[in-house]
Amino acid sequence: MDKIWLILQREYLTRVRKKSFLVISLLAPLLLGGTTIAVSKLNAAAGPDVVAVHDVSGQQVASHLVDTDEIHFVPAAPGSLAEAQAAFEKAKPKQAALLSFPAGFGLDSAKGIQILAKGNVPLKRRETIRKAVNKAIGELKMARSGLRQETIDNLQAKVDLAAINLDEVGGKRNDVGTTTAMAYVLSILVYMFIFIYGVQVMRGVSEEKANRIMEVMISSVKPFQLMMGKILGIAGVVLTQFALWLVLSWGITTVVMPLLLNADKPVASAPAGPVAAPVATTASPAPPASHTALAARPTRNEQAVATPQPGQPFSIWSMLDGLPIGSIIGGFLFFFLGGYLLYSAMFAAIGSAVDDQTDAQQFMFPVTIPLILSYIVSINVIINGDPNGPLAFWLSMIPFTSPIAMVMRLPFGVPAWQLLLSGTLLIAGFVGVTWIAARIYRVGILMYGKKVTYGELSKWMFYKG
Amino acid sequence: MQQVNSRPILEAREVRKHYAAHTALDGVSLAVPERSIFGLLGPNGAGKTSLIRIITQITGADSGEILFRGERLNPSHIGQIGYLPEERGLYKKMKVGEQLLYLAQLRGLGRADAVQRIKGWLDRLDLKPWAQKNVEDLSKGMQQKVQFVATVLHQPSLIILDEPFSGFDPINANLIKDEILRLRDEGATIIFSTHRMESVEEMCDSIALINRSHKVLDGPVSAIRNQFKTNTYEVEGQGRLLVVHPDFEVVEQKARENDHFYARIQLHAGATPNDLLRFLIGQVQVHAFRERIPSINEIFIQRVRETMPESLVEETAR
Repeated sequence: MDKIWLILQREYLTRVRKKSFLVISLLAPLLLGGTTIAVSKLNAAAGPDVVAVHDVSGQQVASHLVDTDEIHFVPAAPGSLAEAQAAFEKAKPKQAALLSFPAGFGLDSAKGIQILAKGNVPLKRRETIRKAVNKAIGELKMARSGLRQETIDNLQAKVDLAAINLDEVGGKRNDVGTTTAMAYVLSILVYMFIFIYGVQVMRGVSEEKANRIMEVMISSVKPFQLMMGKILGIAGVVLTQFALWLVLSWGITTVVMPLLLNADKPVASAPAGPVAAPVATTASPAPPASHTALAARPTRNEQAVATPQPGQPFSIWSMLDGLPIGSIIGGFLFFFLGGYLLYSAMFAAIGSAVDDQTDAQQFMFPVTIPLILSYIVSINVIINGDPNGPLAFWLSMIPFTSPIAMVMRLPFGVPAWQLLLSGTLLIAGFVGVTWIAARIYRVGILMYGKKVTYGELSKWMFYKG
Repeated sequence: MQQVNSRPILEAREVRKHYAAHTALDGVSLAVPERSIFGLLGPNGAGKTSLIRIITQITGADSGEILFRGERLNPSHIGQIGYLPEERGLYKKMKVGEQLLYLAQLRGLGRADAVQRIKGWLDRLDLKPWAQKNVEDLSKGMQQKVQFVATVLHQPSLIILDEPFSGFDPINANLIKDEILRLRDEGATIIFSTHRMESVEEMCDSIALINRSHKVLDGPVSAIRNQFKTNTYEVEGQGRLLVVHPDFEVVEQKARENDHFYARIQLHAGATPNDLLRFLIGQVQVHAFRERIPSINEIFIQRVRETMPESLVEETAR
């Protein structure tokens, strides 16, 4: 154990002391922060679309159009459509579209409404406007049918209830959004880091071999100790990197970013929420609806948590409060480490078997295939399919696929017995694979100038010590 | 020459090692006396490295046993053995001082102890200015010196050097030779493994010859050479040499310029060198007269010839 510890220390320190490690550790959160700020700034600059409404129908539709966060309705310049159009074109600040209710427009036929704009009107904007108009006409019709305002309010209250229901669904959807984003981010991290650091293990081994230091080492320590020391040392590097990223991205998103963003846009940082997650890499803006919902009225999430301190901008971290954070972090670390150990043992065996990097290609193939496949299949089965379905279950049980599949399932919630079973299987798989890898490794590291085949590798497993 | 008959520090008994395609060691037994320099000699592929790898516990023997100070070899002995492999190598991107410290600690040396000794060794081998440099910035000769230091830093009582002088220039080779002798005088036992027998026979107290996975011969160098003496004398002189004598037989004779000659003459049983000298003085002017002691290389070839079909001998000698 002492020796593994010594080797671990060397492997860890030589890597952490490298400039490239520092650069990546600092750059990644900065990049994330920068991207998020840029996206927020762009979003903030865009603001709601202003739609000029030209209503000569006499039906008073314009006054019933309700502003939303996305669209503001303003009256167009008075006069004919042509005049309104001219004013629209000159309008400062720029208006997104001109909505026209022509003279012949009636509530019953509801025809002839036009949207005028420079260039194409995006589908989404058209849809938003259509909905607003629809609602306004509906209200007008109800009023016309002789319902008293009270009744309409009642009905509207119902409509509002329905809206809340919809919003709840929307809220759920938002949760699903967060959850899905989380699942993506976590599994991409596992995939990337197993790959990147597994290859580092492989390169480390073949470097030692190329440096001809193996014989010196192996006369001092057991091959297994050397292999495990290297694998664990590099695991330490990954964990350090994670920790640095977590701290740095927390610092950037909660301290630096609010300072850089406008104070009157307290929710501006929200879109980064689901993504900046504890681990924070790629950013995909959350649906705008989410932050509307969050900002507009207290949601389930917000109520459940201690509300953010007054005056403090809404923190992206509170987006995660609805998720089983404890089990996600714990599970992520466990399955990442388990997967890393399992795969890097195989990478170490490859590194030991070949004389130089180029020869490694042919052996990397069968190792990387399960990794890539488990990622692709997991996305289809778990995120796009049923996170608790039978296929998802089996994917998250097989040790070769479980590191990615299980981590992907974590944000959706996984029964404890499954976590336990999968964890046990992963440990068993890791022990088994490491045992086999170590047997190849101990022969491979002292074998020079030989083109190795799969047949050869399998023979090495049975060599006597 | 040291006294070589002391208790063996290392003993191999009937060691066998088979690889998939061939037998590397076929029942090799030998004993390495303590506080001596022991030559493990033989051509390439004889099985030297296989034996060393078993002694250094890199691999295990299929059968037979190795005793270290009378105890069955086990991992607790690693700290008492230093090994300089034929394939030299260090971590290229690691500083000299750190590297030595790391390797010493892996051999079980405490940190403070190691730092102290590294200082001493770097001083002695003029490596001090390089302690903070990466190994890759050093010349090849200097890297070799660092590697040698790494081998002996933990003060092993058994030092195994595989082809120790390859890669050293003559000056550094002498420096290392002196260090090896000093270590021996301080109580260490050294095993030299080499196929260049002439390079170490002057340093070795005793040797073992290995050929084709068998031990051919072993014992103290002086005893072996005496054992293989053929009672042959080398003569150089001037004049016309004609030997017709029942006691002497000319093995080889070469004429040189100006009536000079060189000859190897074997004495038959009962004759003494003085008899030969008397005989020669009557015939020619003698410039040099000395007993011909076979080199280890010659002994090896002769020995192999005795135990092997002729066709293989040629191959082996090459």
